[in-house]
Amino acid sequence: MLRFAIGRLLQAIPVLLIVISVTFLLVHSAPGGPFSADKAVPPEVIKALEAQYNLDQPLWQQYLSYLGDVIQGDFGPSFKYSGRTVNELIAAGLPITAELGLYALLIALIIGITAGVMAAIRPNTLQDYIPMSGAMLGICMPSFLLGPLLVLVFGIYLDWLPVSGWGDIPGDKILPSITLGAAYAAYIARLSRGGMLEVLSQDYIRTARAKGLSEPLIIVKHALRGGLIPVVAFLGPAFAGLLGGSFVVETIFQIPGLGRFYVQAAFNRDYTMILGMTVFFATLIILFNLLSDMLAIWLNPKLRQQSRGDS
Amino acid sequence: MQKLISSLLPVCTVAICLILSGCGMGESRVESGNREGILHWGNATEPQSLDPHIATGVPEHKIITALMEGLVLKDSTTLEPIPGVAESWHISDDGLIYTFYLRKNARWSNGDPHNAHDYVWSWWRALQPALGNLYAYMYFPIYNAQAYYEGDLQDFTDVGVKALDDHTLQIQLENPTPYFLQLLDHYSLFPVHRPTVEKFGTADERGTRWTFEGNLVGNGAFTLNEWKINRYISVNKNPHYWDAERVKLNQVYFYPTENLTTEERMFRAGQLHYTYEVPVDKIAVYRQKKSQELQISPYLGSYFYRFNTRVEHLSDKRVRRALAMAVDRQKIADQVLKAGQVPAYAITPPNTMGYYPQSNLTFDPDQARALMAEAGYPNGQGFPKTEILYNTQEEHRKVAVAIQQMWKDVLNIDVVLLNQEWKVYLDSVANGDYAIARAAWIGDYVDPNNFLDMWLCDGGNNRTGWCNPDFDQMILEQAPKAKTHAERLKIFTQAETLLLEDMPALPLYIYVSKHLVSPSIKNFPQNILNQPSFKDIYLQAPDTAMSDITGKETN
Amino acid sequence: MINQNSPLFLAMRRFRRHRLAIFSCCVLLSMIVLVISAPLFEIWLGVSANQVDLYSRMVGSSLQHPLGTDELGRDVFLRLLYGGRISLFTGLTAACFAASIGTVIGLSAGYFGGRLDALLMRLTDSVIALPLLPLLIVLAAIDLNKIGLPEAIVQSEDVSFYRIVLIVALTGWTTVARLVRGATLSLKEREFVMAARGIGASDRHIMFRHILPNLLSPIIVAVTLSVGSVILLESVLSFLGLGIQPPMASWGNMLTNAQQLIWEAPLLAVYPGLLIFITVISFNFLGDGLQDAFDPKAEY
Repeated sequence: MLRFAIGRLLQAIPVLLIVISVTFLLVHSAPGGPFSADKAVPPEVIKALEAQYNLDQPLWQQYLSYLGDVIQGDFGPSFKYSGRTVNELIAAGLPITAELGLYALLIALIIGITAGVMAAIRPNTLQDYIPMSGAMLGICMPSFLLGPLLVLVFGIYLDWLPVSGWGDIPGDKILPSITLGAAYAAYIARLSRGGMLEVLSQDYIRTARAKGLSEPLIIVKHALRGGLIPVVAFLGPAFAGLLGGSFVVETIFQIPGLGRFYVQAAFNRDYTMILGMTVFFATLIILFNLLSDMLAIWLNPKLRQQSRGDS
Repeated sequence: MQKLISSLLPVCTVAICLILSGCGMGESRVESGNREGILHWGNATEPQSLDPHIATGVPEHKIITALMEGLVLKDSTTLEPIPGVAESWHISDDGLIYTFYLRKNARWSNGDPHNAHDYVWSWWRALQPALGNLYAYMYFPIYNAQAYYEGDLQDFTDVGVKALDDHTLQIQLENPTPYFLQLLDHYSLFPVHRPTVEKFGTADERGTRWTFEGNLVGNGAFTLNEWKINRYISVNKNPHYWDAERVKLNQVYFYPTENLTTEERMFRAGQLHYTYEVPVDKIAVYRQKKSQELQISPYLGSYFYRFNTRVEHLSDKRVRRALAMAVDRQKIADQVLKAGQVPAYAITPPNTMGYYPQSNLTFDPDQARALMAEAGYPNGQGFPKTEILYNTQEEHRKVAVAIQQMWKDVLNIDVVLLNQEWKVYLDSVANGDYAIARAAWIGDYVDPNNFLDMWLCDGGNNRTGWCNPDFDQMILEQAPKAKTHAERLKIFTQAETLLLEDMPALPLYIYVSKHLVSPSIKNFPQNILNQPSFKDIYLQAPDTAMSDITGKETN
Repeated sequence: MINQNSPLFLAMRRFRRHRLAIFSCCVLLSMIVLVISAPLFEIWLGVSANQVDLYSRMVGSSLQHPLGTDELGRDVFLRLLYGGRISLFTGLTAACFAASIGTVIGLSAGYFGGRLDALLMRLTDSVIALPLLPLLIVLAAIDLNKIGLPEAIVQSEDVSFYRIVLIVALTGWTTVARLVRGATLSLKEREFVMAARGIGASDRHIMFRHILPNLLSPIIVAVTLSVGSVILLESVLSFLGLGIQPPMASWGNMLTNAQQLIWEAPLLAVYPGLLIFITVISFNFLGDGLQDAFDPKAEY
């Protein structure tokens, strides 16, 4: 297991290098510079600004010096937010996005696994169709539609919950967490249904049934562990997706998280900010994928043996 | 099994609710704000900087005017200059020398004395090219300021700003500039606190931390309390402010409400006193149901389309005029924009300092067709492929779609819509990489000069390739030397007529500012610069019976 | 006549038992027929899909406008048909392109192994590690002229469509690549591949004639399943203003425009929303059905 983890981490180095290079090139080849403005900018001002952010150097030199900074963990100053560093901005947004992602994931897991397991116990009955159609609805409903709908119903019509903010007014975390979690709940429901169906048809479950164990005990003690492996494998990409994909929810609910910073940075051509966030997210995604793979291996004895030989 | 799961579900739901810290709503933010004198203000975006010599946007402007103050303020109804840091001033008969007498009780927010030397130093700083001040041109009416900024002059003592003593500031101008007093209320001419600026970096260094929470020292009615990025900025009443007794609000919260629909919902849920904008499609609803909360007033801004006169078929002014005549502006204002925007037939908004542009432009389909035929495109035949470029935004799209249809109906020509995201659009327009582009100009000060001098041959904001030496001569030579206000306006009228004759830009409408304003905001008159005076505003909760309704009503 | 034991026939038989998948297939086919015949409806109703009529904005259903008009007075029914054309076409092309790239990469990595495999798999990992949406903003802004695309494409109205296909193709191939690589690894050790190699068949011949046909079924399943997500992605891009550009309609941009009016004119959001829902769900059921049908482990 340890060798597996180390091997994967070593592989991550070239991956990150590719990510940085591709993003660097992309960002610098996109039209519209960070300093283009509504009003005409005098050439001397542009020059002063470019000199300040080293944009007057040749591209390869900028690239090398950027790489050097990143290795030291320094993402540089933000172009847009005068006087703030990218590290500082990430530090400001991360706790909020992480909290939002965590709640959303919890909601997704609770609802998704419940629905999926319920469906798998009685496949092709109403108990299967109803939660599964619900899940499909969740997958198909874009969050930019679900969010406003929830807000209009619970925030304005019923006036139960605040319509925006994060930690400013009690209860303002509920609607965004549900909105973000909904789509993932749906995926998890489908995955856990599939996983459970497969496990429930296996011999050891039949044996357990034959031994006369009660159905709930079989499900909870024997089936869940194997049936949820697909869900566990999905957790890594899901959490990374939640972090990166939270920006629609953050925009709708006015949440000061990383997603909003990121999208704003892309629109503002805040080069260092886009790069810094991309590297940061890429690292997170790699780490979470590794973690969820390790968890899946640990849950599945067959894979555990393979991993000794592999990598 | 089924039972187990169905019993789990409500438990989980309750657990989630507990995790997310309690359901149920008490008093709304607006209600508690009314009680405690805290104003919740929708402010569009996160400010890029609060340094008055670096910032450029309107949202930044709102916050900076709460934190800092210039020599002169504007009356929030009439926009006439009223005393600010200067308690009085004297203008010489030739209109070239302004002498300001500063208040002795003016203080910085840390208690330091505030005097005339602060202005000399601050303005010197604002004119350092390394600082990258986009509003440096606001200083150019001052004697030698432009020469100094552009490096033709090395010694700042030759620029027309002098502190005669601690409380007397003398300013010498290049030419009589009737709008000069107005400029002093623009944040680019605000003073900054030298010890604070120098504590965090050199004078002309960008992006130092002097404007951050806990560091900023200003001279305005409020002081910076918290700056939570992307969340809010809060300012507290400044006890050292010279007019502190008049300031009623205890605190103002500025929220970066980027998403208009979200902002409107926040307002409806009692989380904001004031919104920065109103979504177009909500205007009719508010008009019908809650018109007292909808505030629409004229705004000193002009919406127009630029023609790229370097494009072959658009270099013909008959084509440009034909296109302009084929647009039914009234219909766009009534059916698309719907907020009482005024159809525009000239670039300068009417009644800008008593100036009314004279325009011979009308909606005239017959003449438009005739001109088009004359230019060689009878019934639109052979008209080359043309694009309308606009930056990605709902309102621009709707206007462009409507105009596309009108040109199709009237002139039988097909144009293509092209939207680009803001930064790309800016580059395309600046590089002349467009045929027809949506544009706007918001007045920095109330004077026709502000709307006309961008059309100079080498005007940085011209961008159409249009150049007429006669026009330049009127704006640069004749207008500044005019003896009387009336004569000056007459020159502007002639210049604008010339501009409209050639039509490098197609005027469409004059902006309105649209806001949702809580009835509890008092003493908040509207003006065409859409400039609030936070030191005058106070909050008073409407009768309790009323506030119950406002919270619940839906639309 | 037909070999009753051929794998294809068996798959067909298993598929037919999957009633939901059959039903979805019918739904999708009829939808395709409908959107293809959009111009006919245009002639029949006597209005065109992009025609703005500011005097009849948001009117209800009538003979001329079966589903009413939108906020600019355009016919909603026609826009839904044309939007469907674009959305379905975008989904299908983008998914196919992504799958082709994935197949080639996965096949090469799995077949040749060694350094090439390591390189291609690191590339795949990098694309997986890239946060998609913010990069799309940057990608969507890139001047297509500069990267050498012909003027005719860049200048055409459909450029936003090509962009989306390109973006999905460039970022969406990783699933297929991993899938194909895994399958190739096991297939290349099988007897028939060994035999082909033995008689001196070229690598290309083996890859595309012997290995690829055995991979077709999982690839088809993957494509089917991803069509829906492309349609959804387009709607999110539209929310950011980067999707299919007006005046061309797509279900995504119709839904985005309607979300501001969700309280005043909910139907404007319901129609495209419902169509997206039906399409995505149908593609998913179809994919499930195909997966079961092609499953080698399945009982007959």
